[in-house]
Amino acid sequence: MAYRTYLMVCAGTGCVANQSMKIKEAFEKELEKRKLQNEVSVVTTGCNGFCGVGPIMVVQPDGIFYQLLKVSDIPLLVEEHLIKGRPVKKFMYIPGEKEPPIPKMRDIDFFKKQMLIALRNRGLIDPEKIEEYIARGGYSALAKALTEMTPDGVLDEIKKSGLRGRGGGGFPTGVKWETMRKVPGDKRYVICNADEGDPGAFMDRSIIESDPHAVIEGMLIGAYAMGSSDGYVYIRNEYPIALERLKKATGQAREFGLLGENIFGTDFKFDIKITRGAGAFVCGESTALMASIEGRPGEPRAKYIHTVEKGLYDSPTCLNNVETWANVPQIILKGAKWFTSIGTGDVTHDPWGGSKGTKVFSLTGKVVNTGLVEVPMGITLKEIIFDIGGGIKDGKRIKTVQTGGPSGGFIPESMLDLPVDYDELTKVGSMMGSGGMIVADEDNCVVDMAKYFLTFTQEESCGKCTPCREGTKRMLDILENITVGKGTEEDLELLEELSNMVVESSLCALGGSAPNPVLTSLKYFRDEYLVHVRDKKCPAHACRQLNVYTIEEEKCATVGHGCDMCKKSCPDYAIMGEPKKAHYIDQMKCHKCGACFDVCNFKAIKIE
Amino acid sequence: MAKITIADLEKIREESRRTLVLREGAGRAKITVHMGTCGIAAGARDIMSAVLKEVEERELSDIIVTNSGCAGLCSKEPMITVELVNFPAPVKYIEMTPGKIKQIFDSHIMKEQIVKEYALAIGSEMTH
Repeated sequence: MAYRTYLMVCAGTGCVANQSMKIKEAFEKELEKRKLQNEVSVVTTGCNGFCGVGPIMVVQPDGIFYQLLKVSDIPLLVEEHLIKGRPVKKFMYIPGEKEPPIPKMRDIDFFKKQMLIALRNRGLIDPEKIEEYIARGGYSALAKALTEMTPDGVLDEIKKSGLRGRGGGGFPTGVKWETMRKVPGDKRYVICNADEGDPGAFMDRSIIESDPHAVIEGMLIGAYAMGSSDGYVYIRNEYPIALERLKKATGQAREFGLLGENIFGTDFKFDIKITRGAGAFVCGESTALMASIEGRPGEPRAKYIHTVEKGLYDSPTCLNNVETWANVPQIILKGAKWFTSIGTGDVTHDPWGGSKGTKVFSLTGKVVNTGLVEVPMGITLKEIIFDIGGGIKDGKRIKTVQTGGPSGGFIPESMLDLPVDYDELTKVGSMMGSGGMIVADEDNCVVDMAKYFLTFTQEESCGKCTPCREGTKRMLDILENITVGKGTEEDLELLEELSNMVVESSLCALGGSAPNPVLTSLKYFRDEYLVHVRDKKCPAHACRQLNVYTIEEEKCATVGHGCDMCKKSCPDYAIMGEPKKAHYIDQMKCHKCGACFDVCNFKAIKIE
Repeated sequence: MAKITIADLEKIREESRRTLVLREGAGRAKITVHMGTCGIAAGARDIMSAVLKEVEERELSDIIVTNSGCAGLCSKEPMITVELVNFPAPVKYIEMTPGKIKQIFDSHIMKEQIVKEYALAIGSEMTH
């Protein structure tokens, strides 16, 4: 019997963590009970991107979007929607408190403004079935490349497309491929960098989870253009679902003869080995990554000689990021002209002349809709944050958006009209990076955030070169001092000096970009630093050591009736007062943990 | 499975066409079986099965079959609504039987000619 309805249950990491596999089982059980198992099929898909409201499910062909599902909701959903044909409002997405629910996925703002190239199959196919990838046009780009195009022709198309490295560097892919192709040598490698380590970023994980074959096909096409027959995917071991799907996908591709010898009956051969990374951030750097594959400690080397000339095992090696590879099949299939019609600038004569295609971002922080979004280059930060992200939570005011992961920079509210473009972001001191986008509101302190990012890069510094190892450590000490009220105005100048030194003299991009959060926050939010060092105050009250907690005695006595909650919660026994009477804080004993502020129901605790 | 050829890619695509049309919600025609309490009591389940059987037997890959609630005309159930992409408005059919379903497929779905004797009206209530 033909199926009439498909239940596309999201099985990305976010939804699986919220029990989406149990939801799937519950559906299967309920469908069987209602004898609908031959009419309705349950399909598990890759990440849909709207992880904030998971577990999610889309009912096709109607396109009805359900969110925040629980196992106990399933019988009702089957009865109402699948038997009686009444989509259930209470599981639908509601854009605002007083607004009606939106039934269809395509009408939800979060999805409406997105443009999918790298993620074109997300939510539409079961990533564990190669047939479904082929059904959506998969591997026909490879067929076209192998039978209708020469390696030079493929190279030319990628060059013309203006595709630039999606891992952060933004180096023109075609230029990299061309250099590699010109280097002599029989043994040559292509590598897919899936060692995504930025905190809060999951673009590459999501692509592999929802469409692993797109990455494999991209690598195959690249290998054909560059004359390589050996590929590696370097993927972090902390991505169990992505790793599993990638293994399955390479297995299926081998079974179908799409990896191995004589692919599509031609002389072209190529296979992929999967190497797992142990989670060191620095291994996302190309030379450190290659060292790690070889079994050496993951440390970068100076790149006097580029890896396209001498990379893995001293052979010519082309490394691209997951998202870059996933774009390749679509460019070959639809042509460079189509790709250049999306984005900014002009790449006809200068490969650095613009940013073409789309970019995947992980939108997190204080926005209403958090998740993964793929948007055309040139879209403004404002559109991403307010139209797709739905604005700032709890009606607060946006302070800054930090792009590019821990090595990116802060962009202030006044610059939100900035288009998303490699060069525009670099100009203001930030960067595209791999696509992290963290939104902060007025309750966030930029000094505190800069400290957070630097703590991360400092910990992940491999220690090989002194500027990065020692420089970031000293910078962190200064920031730490500022957040506890021991900073001086001279510290700010020292911070800048140290930052510039680390940027200029570090061996690799980790050190070269680690000071970005510090430099941009000093540039755009210097006033906030000055309040920290001059007045020893944190305007956002995020640096707790600078806060002074007091109790409004009258409010405590008359509104709260001396409820005693704060006294009970205080670990320092710093709060005095009898029940039913006003309480007060002994400032000598207070360690400023903020516990009293959190428990007071009457807003009687004040922070200065 | 043995090594696949470029021709095999096309074959796999053709075989999966119906699945994808449904998942992308982009069919040539949409048949809605009204399955409120009244519809089910009047035999809408059998109608749903008959519709799906027709789709299967005719190997139609671009027909979307779905269900909806009571259309408000309970005495004329079971009912279906047929929408063709190129047609200006949907058509409601009343008092369906598996035999009538076959006729509707022969004429309306395959030849784009409305079966007037079973048709109630042209037009539709809002579904969502």
